[in-house]
Amino acid sequence: MAVNLSYREYFKEDALPLMWCAGCGNGILLRAITDSLADLEIPPHQVVVSTGIGCWGKADDYMTTHAFHGSHGRALAFGTGIKLGNPDLHVIALMGDGDALAIGGNHFIHAARRNIDITAIISNNFTYGMTGGQYSPTTPLSSKTTTSPIGVAEPAFDVCGLAEECGANYVARSTVYHVTQLKRLITAAIKKKGFNVVEAINTCPTHFGRRNVPGDTVEMMNYIKEMTVAKSRYEKMDDEEKAKYLVTGELVNKERPDFLSVYREINPAASESGRGEGK
Amino acid sequence: MNKTDQSVKINIDESLCKRCGFCIEYCNTKVYEADQDGLPLVKNLDNCTKCRLCELRCPDFAVKVEVENNE
Amino acid sequence: MSRPEGVQLMEGNHACAWGAIDAGARFYAGYPITPSSEIAEVCARELPAYGGTYIQMEDEIGSMAAIVGASLSGKKTFTATSGPGFSLMQENLGVGIYQEVPCVVVNIQRVGPATGLATQPAQADVMQARWGTHGDHPIIAISPASVQEMYYFTIRAFNLAERFRTPVILLGDQVVGQTYENITLPDPDSLELIERKKPVVAPEDFLPYQADENLVPPMAAYGDKHIVHASSTCHCETGYSNFKYGTNRQLLTRLKNKIYNYTDEIVEVEHFGPEDADVTLISFGCSSRVCKYVIGEAEKEGIKVNLLRLITIWPFPDQEVQKALAKVGAAVVAEMNQGQVIHEVNRVNTTNTPVHLASGIDGELIRPEIVMNSIKEAVK
Repeated sequence: MAVNLSYREYFKEDALPLMWCAGCGNGILLRAITDSLADLEIPPHQVVVSTGIGCWGKADDYMTTHAFHGSHGRALAFGTGIKLGNPDLHVIALMGDGDALAIGGNHFIHAARRNIDITAIISNNFTYGMTGGQYSPTTPLSSKTTTSPIGVAEPAFDVCGLAEECGANYVARSTVYHVTQLKRLITAAIKKKGFNVVEAINTCPTHFGRRNVPGDTVEMMNYIKEMTVAKSRYEKMDDEEKAKYLVTGELVNKERPDFLSVYREINPAASESGRGEGK
Repeated sequence: MNKTDQSVKINIDESLCKRCGFCIEYCNTKVYEADQDGLPLVKNLDNCTKCRLCELRCPDFAVKVEVENNE
Repeated sequence: MSRPEGVQLMEGNHACAWGAIDAGARFYAGYPITPSSEIAEVCARELPAYGGTYIQMEDEIGSMAAIVGASLSGKKTFTATSGPGFSLMQENLGVGIYQEVPCVVVNIQRVGPATGLATQPAQADVMQARWGTHGDHPIIAISPASVQEMYYFTIRAFNLAERFRTPVILLGDQVVGQTYENITLPDPDSLELIERKKPVVAPEDFLPYQADENLVPPMAAYGDKHIVHASSTCHCETGYSNFKYGTNRQLLTRLKNKIYNYTDEIVEVEHFGPEDADVTLISFGCSSRVCKYVIGEAEKEGIKVNLLRLITIWPFPDQEVQKALAKVGAAVVAEMNQGQVIHEVNRVNTTNTPVHLASGIDGELIRPEIVMNSIKEAVK
């Protein structure tokens, strides 16, 4: 391996075992993120993870970087303050699907619009796992959950499409099955300035899987593997076929200037570091 | 370096493993077999291609693939 | 615009913004709402020149979150709002209290509930300031009654926030926020400013929630080598979540005691009028100015009245109110709500002094005759 740092620099090994269920991919995502930070050789004290509430919101318990664990849906709003308070920081918001897109949907669309320099990593397991498996804004239409026992009547958000439409600088999708792709996309997102979104399609065998996927942990993993298709293949599909899949890979990669760059350009008096103490 | 110049050790931490079966299912060269409780056992270490995907895909940090360069 | 100096005719909200800037605030996040928006406008215009940042968030939930986040990154931060916005801030205000994040929340109170008599004055968020966020928690709230106090009390709010490592509420109202008065702006270098304590231990020995002798943990900033783990989940000294029996009791007790053991550093009142009186008025903020006028009117009618003005609303000035009640035959609480401070007054009323309410809920500064009528009722 070319890099000197290990994921262990960022991962709180003494907090093991992880609290997540057997077959939940949050641990895989956590490994991908900590591996990415190691590859990028960003010192832990220059990283702040801002987590929401829910299963994935517990991720900060397993990290050695600076961390903020706040209220449900607000990881990006707290993160916006964290970033603007010290623009030198790498701020990574870790959110679930309900967290980022239902209760936190307003912050999500505005963070993308203003292109605040935050990397948002969304663990999308199509359900509210922590509260017992209710339907979320990404639950596929007609899926069964504890609050849609016959089938959910609402269509799902396309997380990446939403991020793109709202102006995100970088948008990518992978799954916890496609671990090398997942790490590559997360690394690119952290490295890039601006509001960058990685949607990690995740497994929830305990709740979503139990009601919608016959079988156990492996079948749940196969389900997300089979619901996705790489961009190169996806682009060759007709619309009818495309509708059956979620496309993975790098979906948006723009060069929009981030919020603070524009703010400083418009307000030339704002100091270079934003840390001025002038009277 | 050629992969054949490397030796490999695989450690499974039984206390961390939640028996999800991912390492067993997705190993292309069938290194693992499950015991009666679903715990992965390293049965065919010689088959290991050192791709480390089992380690990266383990949700519980229970699999450690240690690759050592031979002298 | 450069900083105004010396004697100035100024609006209360502008004085608040300048007080914040002079106190060292370098980050403002807010959402427009009358009658507080001028605070945002001054910050948007002035903060860049001070190396600071203004951001207009998508709502007040986000505004409160952003000031908590930026404070943890090492900045002095604040927001300003009114009625509905203050309601939206409550959840993340609790996050700030629990994570011990110094910041200032300015609430320029208006009539509610709901849209109410937008955007007329009220003082009806007293209990919301105390108990608006869920769960047990202490809070500090102070109440200015003039434009000059909007300036100085904002600075005081920042000092209290930094000293006690907690959010502080500046409980203003539409009258003090949007009144123009002559004020004197001091030389900013002459101000006594309090800064949060930084850790003195090495990064590897640092525990972000290990309190010092004052029960306040020294505070590192995000980006420092001292790693900060700030959690809204029950946490131990490491900052990491902890569900062991006793941890929550220990944390909540310390959060309460770090403020309630030091009320002598926080609680301030103003005594106005004759020392011996038939009736004591108890009031705060804009209502207290009406009370000062009414004292003269009552005197003309042969009733001796004085005023105990609460500068600190929370923690409630228990002893000061208790003493004032013990000295008189009756008391009148004048407030622009249906009776909020009066409940606290009655809580500490060990002498069973009759306490009457003068309630102004008409969307304007409480009329003198409302206070006068209550005084007359009290001396009947």
